[in-house]
Amino acid sequence: MAVNPQYAGRVYPPSEPYEVGREKIRDFADAVGAAHEAHRDVGVARSLGYADVVAPPTFAVVVAQRAEQAYVADPQAGVDFSRVVHAEERFTHHRPITAGDRLVTVLHVDAITERAGLSMVTTRAEIAAEDGAPVATVVSTLAVRGESA
Amino acid sequence: MSTEPTTAPGAPGARPAVADLTVGQVVATGTLTVDRARLVRYAGASGDLNPIHWSDRVATEVGLPGVIAHGMWTMGAAVTVVADWAGDPGAVLDYGVRFTRPVPVPDPGAASVDVTATVGALDAQAGTARVDLTVTCDGTRVLGKAQAVVRLA
Repeated sequence: MAVNPQYAGRVYPPSEPYEVGREKIRDFADAVGAAHEAHRDVGVARSLGYADVVAPPTFAVVVAQRAEQAYVADPQAGVDFSRVVHAEERFTHHRPITAGDRLVTVLHVDAITERAGLSMVTTRAEIAAEDGAPVATVVSTLAVRGESA
Repeated sequence: MSTEPTTAPGAPGARPAVADLTVGQVVATGTLTVDRARLVRYAGASGDLNPIHWSDRVATEVGLPGVIAHGMWTMGAAVTVVADWAGDPGAVLDYGVRFTRPVPVPDPGAASVDVTATVGALDAQAGTARVDLTVTCDGTRVLGKAQAVVRLA
């Protein structure tokens, strides 16, 4: 089934809060090889002005991809992961994510366009604190091959 | 107090300043190594369990030469070069890439990814630098338009 163009413009209800843990930040930092001690040592993070250990720059993908599930796991959306290639990703940090944050995400399906047998699907995860203060914007574009491509 | 410059990640006082930089200047380089164990670790840490990053069977079924690295691993690992140079990982305000080529990860063995960080633009008023990343595997660019905007001291 092809990507359903009618999902463009959809906005999903706010996610359940994602609680950012110190060990999760440490595990993610280890996985990408982020050596800075501010990811691990609360004292170093505080010396840089953070309330707690600070997340690496792409950590927000963990939060964003959970929210994207509401869209990509919907069979009617027609996003077949055996045909998907990640095309683009962009993070805009309104403030750094630190351990203890409780993050609520609103997922937007910004665009679904056709290009040379590919469906380009752009989603935007607006990640905020529970009080609504913006934390990060994550824009992701997937390229989905058509049936004949 | 030592007068030697310190570049250890997390060392206070190691942060670069806009006034000391010029456009085109190479500010950092690094070589990243990725093997299958690294991909499993990233899969667990990120929650991205797509089997093309750990199963040769599934990867070849969808037309890949074999297991490839998560694009998000490459993106996340490449920016550590910038974060370490900046002296503060929270100083990366904006970071975007295009995924232009996959990084095949052999078994046994490992793939090597080379990163060069160059000053692309400076904004003295905002106190920020745009750092452009050249990220290659076997001489081929694997990320395109990889740019990070960094707040400096």
